[in-house]
Amino acid sequence: MLDPRRAAVDARLEGVKRIVAVTGGKGGIGKSFVSSALALASARAGRATGLLDLDFTSPSDHVILGFETGFPTEEFGIDPADHHGIRCMSIAHFAGDAPVPMRGDDVTNALLELLAITRWKELDLLVIDMPPGIGDAALDAMRLLGRAEYVVVAGSSRVVLESVRRTVRLLQDVRVPILGIVENMRRKEDDGVRRLAEAQGLPVLGTVDFDETLEDALGDLDRLAATTAVRSLAAALLPVVFPAGR
Amino acid sequence: MHEFALAESVVRATLQTAESEGMTAVTRVVVQVGELQQIKKDVFEFALKQVHSDDPRLADTVLVVEIVPARFSCRVCEHGFTLAETGEHDADAKEAIHFVPELAHAFMRCPACGSPDFEVAEGRGVGIASIEGERPDA
Repeated sequence: MLDPRRAAVDARLEGVKRIVAVTGGKGGIGKSFVSSALALASARAGRATGLLDLDFTSPSDHVILGFETGFPTEEFGIDPADHHGIRCMSIAHFAGDAPVPMRGDDVTNALLELLAITRWKELDLLVIDMPPGIGDAALDAMRLLGRAEYVVVAGSSRVVLESVRRTVRLLQDVRVPILGIVENMRRKEDDGVRRLAEAQGLPVLGTVDFDETLEDALGDLDRLAATTAVRSLAAALLPVVFPAGR
Repeated sequence: MHEFALAESVVRATLQTAESEGMTAVTRVVVQVGELQQIKKDVFEFALKQVHSDDPRLADTVLVVEIVPARFSCRVCEHGFTLAETGEHDADAKEAIHFVPELAHAFMRCPACGSPDFEVAEGRGVGIASIEGERPDA
């Protein structure tokens, strides 16, 4: 049986100039925050921006950015909902707050289906909030999103660094381009992330200090955009994603 | 329409196969549609005709659309069941499963034990069962 969806995935992404996938290998590391913040900063910089939440277990970009999770519009496929200039797609659009327990093949099928039916049209940037871990969902996303470039989110805890090291090695083994590492939720001076980055031959793109104002700003784009955390990320990532002249 | 997105996928995959197999004309394509995805067969057939109309290799293609009944197997109690046995579902659940059939795990339960941990053994979504065509050297 030939699966027709694979043929459609690349076509659906034809109008997207750049795909940046945010990963980190461990839940709670801040992938969704970094993804959402990058999408927000990009949209506010006047760029046509999309955000695809591929965390099927705990989708949360809609909570961070405050977008509605009703059914998206149908127009020869699925039209991602526009939320103040960010075109958003998430499993939460279909499942609401219901849990979606899926095993390996189900994950692959759901991912393929979403990529095959979502019409992103013309975008300067599509941000992918990658699934946590290095299991089926993450591997399928890497396989199907061939043009994606990766930003790795890290923290200075030894527990996090151990996980990030494995993730970076996997990305290098599957030979996908890595833009660099972002240190997130820094609470004190520490050179663990810098040392890891140097050992892997990667740049540290920026550092985001732990921001106690962030929780209260969730869901409010103006307040979010004004937080130190989002401003730090914008300063770190926008020049990398949109270098002068692009 | 979702049927159009799927029809477009079928046509792209068919043309890719025609290209790789060196076909000058595609004579027959058999598409199987799983019951779970609740594709409207007439809309899907209409969409297939619409999206393939401008490629000469598909000008005289006979399209056959077959519906495959959905069959489930519970991973917890091993009970086998059909879509009808999962009961009535509201419009939102049907719509969600129509777009992404794996959302059955969010809205459907094993009728015997109530678990959402079941396998969709058959009749999930859209697949191409066969593509027949003509080659210049045949």
